[in-house]
Amino acid sequence: MTQHKDHAALAAAFNKDEPRVDWHDQTLWWVRRKRDIAASKVPDWEALRETASGIKDNVLSNLSQYLARFEQESIANGVKVHWASDATEHNEIVYSILHRHGIEKMVKSKSMLTEECHLNEFLDEKGIEVVDTDLGERVVQLAGEPPSHIVLPCIHKKKEEIGEIFHQHLGTPKGNADPKFLTHAAREHLREKFLTRRAALTGINFAVAATGEFVVCTNEGNADMGAHLADVHIACMGIEKLIPERKHLGVFLRLLTRSATGQPITTYSSHFRRPRPGQEMHVVLVDNGRSAHLGRTDFRNSLKCIRCAACFNTCPVYRRSGGHSYHTAVAGPIGSILSPNFDMKKNGDLPFASTLCGSCSNVCPVKIDIHQQLYKWRQVIVQEGYAPLAKKAAMRTMNWVLSKPGVYHTAGKTGRWFMLNVPFTVNNGLNAWYRQREMPEPPGQSFGEWYKKNKHEQQG
Amino acid sequence: MRVGLFIPCYIDQLYPQVGVATLQLLEKLGCEVVYPPDQTCCGQPMANSGFEHLTGGCNELFIKNFEDFDYIVAPSGSCVLHIKEHLHGDTGIPKKIFELVEFLTDILKIEHLEATFPHKVGLHQSCHGQRGLHLAQMSELMAAPFSKLERLLSMVRGLELIGLDRVDECCGFGGTFCVAEEAVSVKMGKDRCADHIKHGAEFITASDMSCLMHLEGILRRANSNVRVKHIAEILNSNDTA
Repeated sequence: MTQHKDHAALAAAFNKDEPRVDWHDQTLWWVRRKRDIAASKVPDWEALRETASGIKDNVLSNLSQYLARFEQESIANGVKVHWASDATEHNEIVYSILHRHGIEKMVKSKSMLTEECHLNEFLDEKGIEVVDTDLGERVVQLAGEPPSHIVLPCIHKKKEEIGEIFHQHLGTPKGNADPKFLTHAAREHLREKFLTRRAALTGINFAVAATGEFVVCTNEGNADMGAHLADVHIACMGIEKLIPERKHLGVFLRLLTRSATGQPITTYSSHFRRPRPGQEMHVVLVDNGRSAHLGRTDFRNSLKCIRCAACFNTCPVYRRSGGHSYHTAVAGPIGSILSPNFDMKKNGDLPFASTLCGSCSNVCPVKIDIHQQLYKWRQVIVQEGYAPLAKKAAMRTMNWVLSKPGVYHTAGKTGRWFMLNVPFTVNNGLNAWYRQREMPEPPGQSFGEWYKKNKHEQQG
Repeated sequence: MRVGLFIPCYIDQLYPQVGVATLQLLEKLGCEVVYPPDQTCCGQPMANSGFEHLTGGCNELFIKNFEDFDYIVAPSGSCVLHIKEHLHGDTGIPKKIFELVEFLTDILKIEHLEATFPHKVGLHQSCHGQRGLHLAQMSELMAAPFSKLERLLSMVRGLELIGLDRVDECCGFGGTFCVAEEAVSVKMGKDRCADHIKHGAEFITASDMSCLMHLEGILRRANSNVRVKHIAEILNSNDTA
C-alpha cells in the first residue's frame, strides 16, 4: 500500500475551498433531513431499529450455523457457492469464473465489498474490463476516482463536473450539465454494455439463510439489467450479510432506504433464488477480516451494518471533510470503526476523525454504538503503539500535572501552562488553535483562588 | 444536602466566573456547597485521546475529593458524562454526580428562578450533555421533544430564546479534535456561529464551556458583537439592562 496523508491533512485540503465545503455540507444535510421526514412517518421507528438490532445480534451469535444453512439451501437451488478468506481469494475466485468462460468484459452493479477488495484493479491487470453500472459509480469510474460515499458514490461531484466527464468520455456536448440529459446519455451508454456483456457481478444486501436466496437493492434497476441479460451472474457478499428468514426482510427493507435517502423503499428490491435455465449463478462468501472482527467483543456489533450511510449524512465531520479524506472503501463514521480492523497502522487516524458527538449512533438503523466504538478504538490504537511519540509525551506531562494538585496549582497560576498545554498539547509547536480562533483571555485569578479568598476565609 | 462542587480544570483556570455563578446559584437554592480545593481534572482530555490508561491518578484524586458528598455537581455535561461512564469501581460516584442543569431539574426540581436576562439568546446543545446525559431530546430520534435547558431558560425574565436551522449540530470542539483536526473543527464552529447570528442571537449559551470557548474564539476573531455565556451565568443573572 502506498503511504497516504492522514484524515486531518486530507480534510484540511478539502477545506481550502470553503464554498465547496458549504455545498457538500448542505447537500448531505438535505439527505439527513429527508431521512428524518421518512423516519417520522413510521409510527414505531425506534421499535423497528431495536428489532433490527436484535435480529442482527442473533445472526452474529449464530453466524456459522446460518452460513452453513445458507450454503446448503443455495446449492439445493442450483447456485454455486464459493468461500473466500480474504480479498485476494475473492478476486481470484471471480477471475477464475470469468476465465473459465473466456469472458473479458463484465458489468458490475454496486458492491462495496468489491471496492474493499479492489476487484476492479485486480481484474484490470488480468485484462478484464469492468463497467460499473450504477450511475454514480460509473461517473467516478470514468473520473478515475474511488466512490466518496457508499450510497451516493459521486456526491462530491457537481453536475457541471459530471457534464465535463461525460463530454470527455461519452461524447456529450461540452457545457451541457442538464441532469436529465446526462442521465439519458448514461442510459444509452450503459444499455449497450448490458446487451453485450456475458457476465454480471452484483452485490448482496440481504442473504436469507432459510431459503438460500438473496436480495439486491438498487434504485436504477442496474443489478437486474446486468443479471438478467448475462450468462453468468456472480454475487459477492461479506459473511455478515445474512438474515435468518425471509420475513425479516420486512424489518430491514423498511429501515434501509428510509435511513439512506429518505425513500420509503428502494425502487428495486430484487430477489434472486436460482439461475434461470442455461444461466450460471455464483455466490462468493467473503470473510476478509470479519471473523477477526467478530472476535473483538467491543467492536463486533459494527458487523450489523447494512450500509445505509445514514451515519455519513448526519456526521458533521464527514459533511465537512468529504469521503476521500477517509482514504478507505467505506468512509464516514462506520468506516472509521471498520477500517482499523483491516490495518491499524494505516487506518489508525480514522477513529480520531470525530468529535464523538454521538449523532451517528442515533441515526443507525441497527443501533450500532458507533461513537462508543470510536472512543474504544482510540484506546486500542494507543495501547498497540500507534500513537505519535509527541502525543504520548504530551499526554504523560498532562497526566502528571493533572493528577497532582500541588503541581496543578503552581503550573496553572496564571493560566499560561494551561493555555499552552491543554488541549493545545497535541499540536507540535504551531498553535493550531490560534490560526483561526482567538485564545481565551486569562482571568486575574482562578476559581480556586477566588474561592480561597471569598469563601474559605469567610467560613473561617 | 451537602453538595460537592466540581469545577472542571479549564473552567477553574480560564472561566472562573462560571464557577462563581454555579456556586452562587446552588447556594441561592438552599444547597450547602463545598469546593474541595485539591481537585484538578476528570481525566477526559487524556481518555478521549486514547490514553484512558493514564487517568488512574485523576480518578484516585477525584474519588478522594468527592466520595463523601451526597451529590456532586459540575457546570459541564462533558466532564460529568466522562465520570459517569469511565470512573469504575464501587464508589457510588457515577450515580450521585450531576451536571448543573439536570441537578436543578431532576434533584432540586425547581419550578421558578429569580433571574433576569433581557437578551436574545441562542441555545447551543452541547453533545455530551444532550446525547450523553439526555438534557434534551435529540433530533435524530423519533421521540417526544423535551429540553431541560429550555425549561430553565424559560424561567429567566426578559430572555428571548431564538430558533436555529440546525437545533443540535456539534460545534466542532471535540477536545483534542479542535487542534488535531483544526480545519474541520473551525469550519464546524463557524457554521454554528453563523446559524446563531442569522437568527439574531446576542448571546450564545450552552451547558458546556468548552463548546463556548471554541465558539468565542471564532466570534472574537471575526470581531463579532455576539458573546458567549455559560447557562449558569444566565440562570444566576440579575441583568436588568
